[in-house]
Amino acid sequence: MAGLGLGKMAVMSPVSRGFHRRRQDPAANAGRVPPGQYVTEDFPVLSAGPTPHTALDRWSFSVGRRGQQKTWSWAEFRDLPSQDVTVDIHCVTKWSKLDTAWQGVSVDTLLDLAGRDGPFALAHCDGGYTTNLPVEDLTGGKAWVAYAYDGRPLEPEHGGPARLLVPHLYFWKSAKWVRSLELHDTNDPGFWENYGYHIYGDPWREQRYAGD
Amino acid sequence: MAGTAVRRRLTWQVAKVTAVTVETASVRTITLDVPGWPGHQAGQHVDIRLTDEDGYVAERSYSIASAPGEPVALTVERLDDGEVSPYLTDELRAGDDLELRGPIGGYFVWEPDDGGPLLLLAGGSGVVPLRSILRHRERTGSTVPVRLLYSSRTLNDVIYRNELDIPTAGVEVIQTLTRHQPPGWAGYARRVDAALLAEVAWPAAAMPLTYVCGPTSFVEAVSQDLVQSGYRPERVKTERFGGTGGT
Repeated sequence: MAGLGLGKMAVMSPVSRGFHRRRQDPAANAGRVPPGQYVTEDFPVLSAGPTPHTALDRWSFSVGRRGQQKTWSWAEFRDLPSQDVTVDIHCVTKWSKLDTAWQGVSVDTLLDLAGRDGPFALAHCDGGYTTNLPVEDLTGGKAWVAYAYDGRPLEPEHGGPARLLVPHLYFWKSAKWVRSLELHDTNDPGFWENYGYHIYGDPWREQRYAGD
Repeated sequence: MAGTAVRRRLTWQVAKVTAVTVETASVRTITLDVPGWPGHQAGQHVDIRLTDEDGYVAERSYSIASAPGEPVALTVERLDDGEVSPYLTDELRAGDDLELRGPIGGYFVWEPDDGGPLLLLAGGSGVVPLRSILRHRERTGSTVPVRLLYSSRTLNDVIYRNELDIPTAGVEVIQTLTRHQPPGWAGYARRVDAALLAEVAWPAAAMPLTYVCGPTSFVEAVSQDLVQSGYRPERVKTERFGGTGGT
């Protein structure tokens, strides 16, 4: 009975009768597309509600413990040193977009000025959206508050005036219309995380939903 | 905007296709037998996974078209440059297996206790999760008043056409055909914009609960118009289908 008992632990997916691959990713994309994702040239928009439009003179950005936050006006924020970054992004709805070009302020810069007073961050946004992240995923050159995309001011439907950019996690963590990073001792779930999406969201481990 | 925590693990399972129904030239409804289905809410979706003989895998999300308590049904529009939707609309047939997991999503959902009045705004195949809401309302005996404004290109593109033509107490179905209208068409013949919404939407003072689903351009424009006419953003829920490249 050779073969029995040698089966893999993972359950193999059944072959879908009559299904044939139609997409051939260029060799250059090898190793850049996480499992279950496909590359798109578009920039899809996904949001739970209407796009907020916050005037720049009413916009501010805050970082720190609740009640002890450092706050910048739009003008002050734009005076902070910025970086140009080109990164791949991965949305939990299965699309990935390669080589997206952004300009923004490194979260390292913000935390250097505001203090790294807590291990977890809850991003708060116009419209009421929130998402949670470990501070160590926001530091070390891994995360930005971006206000330009492809050389232009970030469009409201893509999160303008400014959005979080955390490309190594699923893109719902890159919160649109972000206005503050509130530092916490606990990793409290944000908006989608409360609806069953993964608390961390690593696309390379396909952490789409709670328990993945 | 706190949600109801769902901590059940979503595992892949194999469903059996029990029927494939033609809705329009490019749209099919796939009815499934999902062993042990835990039930779903109106407005939720599932992930489906296709695997070819070389082990290549493609995953996509599709809204559930059926009401809670009915067999799971997905309504899929074929996108000609897509990889998954042409398989689902053209190849899949009754008796086939289909791998899926779900239900997913807990925000774009409606339960009778959420009340209304309900404003449902659909662009094209964005009508799918709204149809689940309509059926759920009907099956639960809810009397919440509903207006559905549904925009299609032509009459032949209208999904669930016969079902929507059946008069239902408390439900007003308003249709607009943006590209071509048949002779004697009594509905609207223009894109959904602020002026059209002013004619057909509930007044903002009625505090409606609104669900908008369709292509990104439709959802962006319509939800913006509603907010500018006094709708409270937190009572406007959106789901955008647009530009996902290959669904």
